[in-house]
Amino acid sequence: MTLDRILASMFPDGHDVKNDGGVLLGSGTLRSGDRALVIGVADRTALGVDEAIRLSSAVLGSIKNGSGPILVVVDSDSQRMSKRDELLGLNEFLAHLAKSLIHADIEGRPTIGLLYGHSAAGAFLATALATRVLVGLPGADPAVMDLPSMSKVTKLPIEVLEQKAKSTPVFAPGLQNLVQLGAVHVTWDDKISLADQLEKLLRNMSDARDRRDALGKERGGRMKAADIAERVRELTMQTR
Amino acid sequence: MSVADLEKPSVERARATSFYEASARARIRLLLDPGSFVEFIGPEQREVSPHLKLFDLPEQFDDGIIVGHGQLAGSPVFIAAQEGRFMGGAFGEVHGAKLTGLLRAAKEMKSIPVLILLDTGGVRLQEANAGELAIAEIMRAVIEARTAGVKVIGLIGGRSGCYGGGGLIAGCCSALAVSEQGRIAVSGPEVIETNRGVEEFDSRDRALVWRTMGGKHRRLIGGAELFADDTVQAFREAALELLETTSGFGIDTLNAEQSRLEDRLQRFGACRDAVEIWAAEGVPDAASVPALPADQFIELADKLRRIARDAR
Repeated sequence: MTLDRILASMFPDGHDVKNDGGVLLGSGTLRSGDRALVIGVADRTALGVDEAIRLSSAVLGSIKNGSGPILVVVDSDSQRMSKRDELLGLNEFLAHLAKSLIHADIEGRPTIGLLYGHSAAGAFLATALATRVLVGLPGADPAVMDLPSMSKVTKLPIEVLEQKAKSTPVFAPGLQNLVQLGAVHVTWDDKISLADQLEKLLRNMSDARDRRDALGKERGGRMKAADIAERVRELTMQTR
Repeated sequence: MSVADLEKPSVERARATSFYEASARARIRLLLDPGSFVEFIGPEQREVSPHLKLFDLPEQFDDGIIVGHGQLAGSPVFIAAQEGRFMGGAFGEVHGAKLTGLLRAAKEMKSIPVLILLDTGGVRLQEANAGELAIAEIMRAVIEARTAGVKVIGLIGGRSGCYGGGGLIAGCCSALAVSEQGRIAVSGPEVIETNRGVEEFDSRDRALVWRTMGGKHRRLIGGAELFADDTVQAFREAALELLETTSGFGIDTLNAEQSRLEDRLQRFGACRDAVEIWAAEGVPDAASVPALPADQFIELADKLRRIARDAR
């Protein structure tokens, strides 16, 4: 789905989202009449220090002056891989964006990620994966690591990796793998109104607790994470 | 034996032990009060990665991370240490879940701080999706713990540095101490070179790597609160100082960080190299920074820049 179609279907009552060099900023009117802040990355743009600081600024400004949910719409590259970005402390800029989103969510501004294209690595962590609920749209193709790069590092041919990917969702790219692992909570149908699906999601919003590991276990994609985290949590609590 | 007798040889050993060279277990043993460490889900439980065998790779019984509790100068702390010599300290499903569980408990208990000894290349490729998600869960758990009033201190000085998602976790901590060897970045030198070419970043130019990502640069631009010499004792003292001086977390912290980072972009955004940034920051002989011994560098850094304690 194209960005224009997504925004039109999600906000039939109008929106003012602008795409400025791949940085999405604006807001849209919800079915309820409330406004939602919309931020994001489009056109498979890499997320560097210059983009991240504008997105975090919008989130913090909205915490101060706005209300309603925050939507994070993503079709990005990975983080911008450059000397300049690392020199300036890209890790701090990306962490700051993620922290701003998580803080907003904890403080009553529910965050929803909408993955409609690509995303990877640090850009994925700072945007879509820093939201409470992540929605996958048809055509989304997230890749934590692409198979050619994996092939280079693991020294295994791509055909071998593709073969192995059939038995586990744990390493290969693709939306379905991330659904199975619990990273993507729900996928939407582009044949029906996105506004309806968003309204339904907002109505049934879970509390702010991170349940992605439990979801990954239910769906058979991550069998150990939830149990290990819970065992360590219990042991730690006993030190009281 | 009195407590003083027990402690003395430990301090001497901690002073003589390189943090960089030490294993994760040795770091914990020498960093905490002697004999105080208790591990959760230790290697005897053999909770190995369920994914490495698919790639015929050796497993480790603790999956490359140690989590537990102990005492630091008589006060309780939770601690996690990554073993940079196993799979580059990379985050996998089990490895990450151990840290997530520790942070979730710290959040509920509210008063006991967490020390994280980061030593990582980022996501473990053989379980890339699970590792990426583990990092996202850890970031969320760090922020939830900090929101509940918990101090989360990152200590960075290991062989694998602190790369990829590890760099983002570091940026979520309340405060960081870093040694010269403790590089902090998102994209590693090889990753930049592979994707953008050797003209953008020559990964074999070690001096370039240190001055772009190393601990001295991070301290000078405000990416870390403290610079530590490469001994376990120096990191112990840094942890104690950070626990003392670190403030809480909330919207004011985030607004202060937004200003801090905007200011950095404005002042240094056009600089092409770290030496230019250091000169702009007021370092008298910027080119000499990489060669400065730790004590002289700390003196210089303290004189130049008072680190904001409320902007991370």
